[in-house]
Amino acid sequence: MIGIEHYLVVSAILFVIGVLGIFLNRKNIIVILMAIELILLSVNINLVAFSAYLTDMIGQVFAMFVLTVASGEAAIGLAILVIYFRSRGTIAVDDADRLKG
Amino acid sequence: MSFASSLYFTGAEVGLSLTGLVLLLVAAWGGQKSARMVTILAVAGLFGAAIFSMHLFDLATSEVAGRAFGDLYRADAFGSFGKVLIYLAAIAVLMVTPRFFDQRGAYRPEYPVLMLFNAVGMGMMVSATDLMTLYIGLEMSSLSSYVLASFLRQDSRSAEAGLKYFVLGGLASGIILYGVSLVYGFTGGTSYEGIRAALEADLSTGALFGVVFVLAGMAFKISAVPFHMWTPDVYEGAPTPVTAFFATAPKVAAMGMLVRMAMEPFAGQVEAWRQIVIFAALASIVVGALGAIGQQNLKRLLAYSSINNVGFILIGLAAATPAGVAGVMTYLAIYVAMTVGSFTALLMLRDPMGNNLETFADISGLSTKRPALAWCLLALMFSLAGIPPLFGFWGKFVVFQAAVQADLVALAAMGIAASVIGAFYYLKFIKVMFFDEPTRELETESPLGHWVVLGLSVLVISPLGYLLTIPLGQWSAAAAASFTAAM
Repeated sequence: MIGIEHYLVVSAILFVIGVLGIFLNRKNIIVILMAIELILLSVNINLVAFSAYLTDMIGQVFAMFVLTVASGEAAIGLAILVIYFRSRGTIAVDDADRLKG
Repeated sequence: MSFASSLYFTGAEVGLSLTGLVLLLVAAWGGQKSARMVTILAVAGLFGAAIFSMHLFDLATSEVAGRAFGDLYRADAFGSFGKVLIYLAAIAVLMVTPRFFDQRGAYRPEYPVLMLFNAVGMGMMVSATDLMTLYIGLEMSSLSSYVLASFLRQDSRSAEAGLKYFVLGGLASGIILYGVSLVYGFTGGTSYEGIRAALEADLSTGALFGVVFVLAGMAFKISAVPFHMWTPDVYEGAPTPVTAFFATAPKVAAMGMLVRMAMEPFAGQVEAWRQIVIFAALASIVVGALGAIGQQNLKRLLAYSSINNVGFILIGLAAATPAGVAGVMTYLAIYVAMTVGSFTALLMLRDPMGNNLETFADISGLSTKRPALAWCLLALMFSLAGIPPLFGFWGKFVVFQAAVQADLVALAAMGIAASVIGAFYYLKFIKVMFFDEPTRELETESPLGHWVVLGLSVLVISPLGYLLTIPLGQWSAAAAASFTAAM
């Protein structure tokens, strides 16, 4: 029988992979965007699982909001990435070092 | 709670959203040349929203519960106070912006429109009484902030600042959201009142994790240590008017959201979050002060100064009393005046070609070339350091007083001791501006709009500002009373 704990564990694992993906990734900024999406999806799993467990609709409504905002966020992220690439000609994480001090 | 009264209580946001949408059409229709007109209309819209928020403030202090849309949103004195500050900061920034971008031929009508949508989001952040409204408000303000940070598309530093802000802001939103999902799951609802009732009794491990994640994500947004690392980079890279904006309005909004969160849904579990807030407060004060010492870039220095100030504001929150919340609001009001003034002074530093200057080397000997500007900058820096005759001292005084009254004497003592470190780099301004030899030619005239904004903020932080202590204290106390009324 699959209970609420299983969902929570999967979502916690996805969340940790997402956070590590941002901090350990030294190569490519696109991977960071994917990691952010992964974090938001782990939240969605949490929300829907709790919603079913509590037999409460709010969690599912919230998940819809998160999905909508996540798509807007991805669009803005890619747009910023494009202007960054235009001005620098690279999207490697290690090259983002103009600002330091 | 009819639909009409809901619309009335959310009037500031509804009005600003409509203004923003109409102006977006104007911008699409009129193109580049409509930029001035859109800016003026946006300022007018923000001004109207500020007036309306003041009206709601009066209404809320006369015991009207401004609950809108099934208590997703509340128009109370606290929210109105925060919104007036946010809108005024946005107006001041819009007034000093166009000149900066015109120099680069990059001013576009989208800029004021983004500011409007940002202001809508920030208004929702301080007024949200449901996790869902909170999230939407937060994202609305964050998403437009990312675009604003990278607004100078040709400039690689601006693009990098936008990218860094986007990645770390996205991470912060994700952390807040993960905490929110846990809080929802372990308390069974998203409304602040429901969460508060559920947390009155015992704090389950899952809910504790939720609270910690939410606080950590919010610490990102207010740039408190240990989640401050994005601040100097973003502040340095973003166009200067945008930096002025980031240092003021979003900080008020994020602080308002954090205070409401701590004092409403988490009010039954003060002991659970107080340790975190105390740690973040002390760490922010120390890191902000030490980090600023070696900086040559003034925007970077002001970024550390804002981290430092956030630490002092958090001391007020750590008290977790109405006096503490009132102290936070008073401090925020003074902080906005100081920061707007500092960045306006920075925007007035130009070489004869009109290019903006932003390092210590550029202000050496400023007192001989632009004495008025040098004295204003000096007053602002002393006020940020909290040196007594200036009004910045009053903000620090009220938060320390609240901390002492809440038996946090050790915290207040350490805060005062650490604020001495900060005095060092503010004093460096005197040395550089008044005793060093002038090294470069400066533009000698500044536009009237800049002088108006600078003059007003210097007037507020000057010793004359103490005339404001009584009304400011009353407004802050009324704002803080919103939470005891809700209890």
